[in-house]
Amino acid sequence: MPWKPPTPIEIYQLLPKTNCGKCGEANCMAFAIRLASLDAKLEDCPPLIEEEKYKGSYEKLQSLLLPPVREVVIKSPKKVVKIGGKYVLFRHEMRYHNPTAIAVDVDDNMDRDTIIKRVKMIEGFEYEYVGQKLKLDAIAIRSVSNDPKKFAQTVALVAENSSLPLVLCSTNPAVIEAALNVLNPPHHRPLIYAATKDNWREMAEVAKRFDVPLAIASPGDLNLLVSLAKTLSEDMGLKDLALDPGCIVGPGGFAYTIKAFSWLRFKATYDLWKHAGFPLIGTPISVWTQMSGDPKDVMLWEAVLATILITRYADLLIMHSLDGWVLLPQVMWRFQLYTDPRKPVAVPAGLREIGKPNEMSPVIVTTNYALTYSLVSSDAEKAKLNAWLLVIDTEGLAVDVSVAGRKFTGDKVAEIIKSAELEKKVKHRILIIPGKAARVSGDIEDATKWRVMVGPMDSSELGKWLEKNWTSEKIKELMGGS
Amino acid sequence: MSSKESKKARDEAKAGQEATIYSLIAKIAEALEKGVVELYNVEIEADELEVRLLSPTPTAPPIPVVITPPKAVVEAKPEVKAAYEVAKAVEVVAKKVVELARVAFEEPKPQFSGRVVEVRLGASKEEGGTREKTYVVGGHTMPAYYYLTGYKPPHPPVFGGDTFDMQIGLPRAVKLAFGDAMGNPAEWARVWVSKYAAEAIDIHLVSTDPSIKDAPPEAAVKVVDQLLQAVKVPIVVGGSGNPEKDVIVFRKIVEAFPSEGLIINSLNLDMKLEDVCPHIAKTNAVVINFSPMDLDKAEQINRKTYDWIPRNRIILDLNIGGIGYGTEYGFTAMERARLSGLLGNELLQHPFNVGAANAWGAREAWITMDPYWGPKEIRGPLWEALTSIICLLTGADYFMLVHPLTVKTMKTIREYLFSEPKPKDPEKALDWLSKALPVI
Repeated sequence: MPWKPPTPIEIYQLLPKTNCGKCGEANCMAFAIRLASLDAKLEDCPPLIEEEKYKGSYEKLQSLLLPPVREVVIKSPKKVVKIGGKYVLFRHEMRYHNPTAIAVDVDDNMDRDTIIKRVKMIEGFEYEYVGQKLKLDAIAIRSVSNDPKKFAQTVALVAENSSLPLVLCSTNPAVIEAALNVLNPPHHRPLIYAATKDNWREMAEVAKRFDVPLAIASPGDLNLLVSLAKTLSEDMGLKDLALDPGCIVGPGGFAYTIKAFSWLRFKATYDLWKHAGFPLIGTPISVWTQMSGDPKDVMLWEAVLATILITRYADLLIMHSLDGWVLLPQVMWRFQLYTDPRKPVAVPAGLREIGKPNEMSPVIVTTNYALTYSLVSSDAEKAKLNAWLLVIDTEGLAVDVSVAGRKFTGDKVAEIIKSAELEKKVKHRILIIPGKAARVSGDIEDATKWRVMVGPMDSSELGKWLEKNWTSEKIKELMGGS
Repeated sequence: MSSKESKKARDEAKAGQEATIYSLIAKIAEALEKGVVELYNVEIEADELEVRLLSPTPTAPPIPVVITPPKAVVEAKPEVKAAYEVAKAVEVVAKKVVELARVAFEEPKPQFSGRVVEVRLGASKEEGGTREKTYVVGGHTMPAYYYLTGYKPPHPPVFGGDTFDMQIGLPRAVKLAFGDAMGNPAEWARVWVSKYAAEAIDIHLVSTDPSIKDAPPEAAVKVVDQLLQAVKVPIVVGGSGNPEKDVIVFRKIVEAFPSEGLIINSLNLDMKLEDVCPHIAKTNAVVINFSPMDLDKAEQINRKTYDWIPRNRIILDLNIGGIGYGTEYGFTAMERARLSGLLGNELLQHPFNVGAANAWGAREAWITMDPYWGPKEIRGPLWEALTSIICLLTGADYFMLVHPLTVKTMKTIREYLFSEPKPKDPEKALDWLSKALPVI
């Protein structure tokens, strides 16, 4: 049976019931509803955390709201990355929490300049998308030398030049220990990769002593993977584990990889099996030693594996390619997959420029639903328009839905014309509204006193439509009347 | 027998002794950590055990200390350091007693009762058509690619190549692949099949659009005829998107080729379905019902279409946006529809069509970007492939693709996905840990 959140009533019974409002909600019931939908955290209720008399309730609530996949925290002094903390198998069952973290590697055989260059690139990676800055999350440091001293030096160099949390990659406990001595947890809290069938006792010992999370790698053997998870958690007392069932390409291996990730997450979220209830680590980087030939092909497969593993339940990816074309689709898809399917995604309302608009450029009205906005601006750019894009606040609804739901109204348009000071930016007084909003053209003319032209049904027609309709004669005709 | 028993007794006594020692050491460790160290009158009699307390002047570590001295180091009291050492000692002993607790991974056993219908694409000679290659899609009784033991998806997905009946703005990456063949849909289809191994051909009759060329249905029939002559794979006939005109065009085409197992792309709720469905019903054509990201409407159009067309001649298209352009809506709609169908909702038990060409609608697939993001000739096909893979994981069945590289990539992935999930050298999966990798 899949994980089910407690009901708001169950939660409410355990809250202070004082309606103090410190959580930002009007009363405890409202807060309980937000907790039940996992949109709020227990820690948002100060009395519950601080007052001794609620201690029992707090602990009960904690266990009620505990995700079936443990949330593991990795951090640097400046940044925190949470992996896991998953409640559901399918996105539509609620939503996914903690987007798949992406780590890119350096190794201790690289020269200093290469390391610094890569670190800067990982740190500086950024792509702006629907008003968000998409970035990478961590740096994986591999020990190629297998020399504790050399690895520790590399780790120190990376820590000095980066703000990102680290993943320390080696199966040699002495190498890992040397690096941890340098990083001094809890100042840094890196993830250790990895305990294997050969080194698990020593690795577990190191992880325990420094209190850092530990990955278990057991490529191709799920029985061993969960046996290690059981042993390390129950018999050695390690709480923060992560599981890597192996990331293998080619016939057999590829199918196995998808099977292993799917089975692990299924067992954790549907059967609530604790030995599978840890974050999953995918290593698309492994294609670099499993394939040879044209590096572009290797990169293609690294991208393919990354997309598959983001879709199929990985909580952390370790990658090698730093090329924009490999990483860009990953950070975009990850963003999309981790949006809340219960809530539309919105962009801020306001006036945007397409190309280089001037005082006689057309003003195109659209909604603040992120997808509508992206499509309209992309179509307008594709058509090489110079235009103003007036984005109104339809509460994140698409054009047809917002018209039907009375969120696309004259008042909304008037409001944004005023706040954007559009009257100072253009000489004409003409708005072009989406074809699907034709119904509200009269309402918009009344509320704004601007003239309205009903544009095409689809923004892909914008270029052609404007060519035909945005003519000096037409402008004169419309403006002459007012 | 008796010696065995006495050995057992000895072992038990030894284990008991050890347990006492471990718990004592654990207490010492805890006390040391708290800084309250009072060791007196303690005798430890275990020869393999060694408790080493740090000397007051610790030797300098052989490794560089981190640049920003963390608090932990500054504040570390000798007691705490000693505690670490004791703790370490405890674990050195402990590792002798902690054995791997073997537990078997029990495979997941989801329960589903529904079955996706099987739909045949194309008609062979025996079926009255002229297709040398035909396919069956659908038939799923479990979610795709979960590899539940004993379940193998009955039919692999099929990959078709897109052609258009007139010059339209296609990305340069596509033009590079097809060159002059793009001037003629039959030639284009031939290149698709012979050079790039497309498994079906999609023709988009864009020129029939009243706002474009308003080509008459007779012209569309002629184009389809040429394609049927040129290639021997199933043909997916796409309209212009104009609901009135499409109804007329589709009717003429199915009447002209009633036995080729054509796939009509697509019907939607804006159409007068009663004007076209009865004519399709009389043939062996399959229809794609289009309901963008909306399961309620998908059920509606399917229910309506059932009045004329048998369920096993209906494919569902829930639409997909390229990565960055609403992909998650189509993805989730497909996951929900498939699960609902497998749980018994007959209205959604249909194979999925994916118009992956939409991936090219993402500007990242076609615009020139800063060189860091790579040439658009790479980004475009990659965008199409990755968008398709996301749909593939939901269990999608038929893919309309624009770029040959996507067909190639998808076929390799299909081969991998349908192979027995058993890695050959699983240990090699960890080679990346310790090898120098090329830095590009």
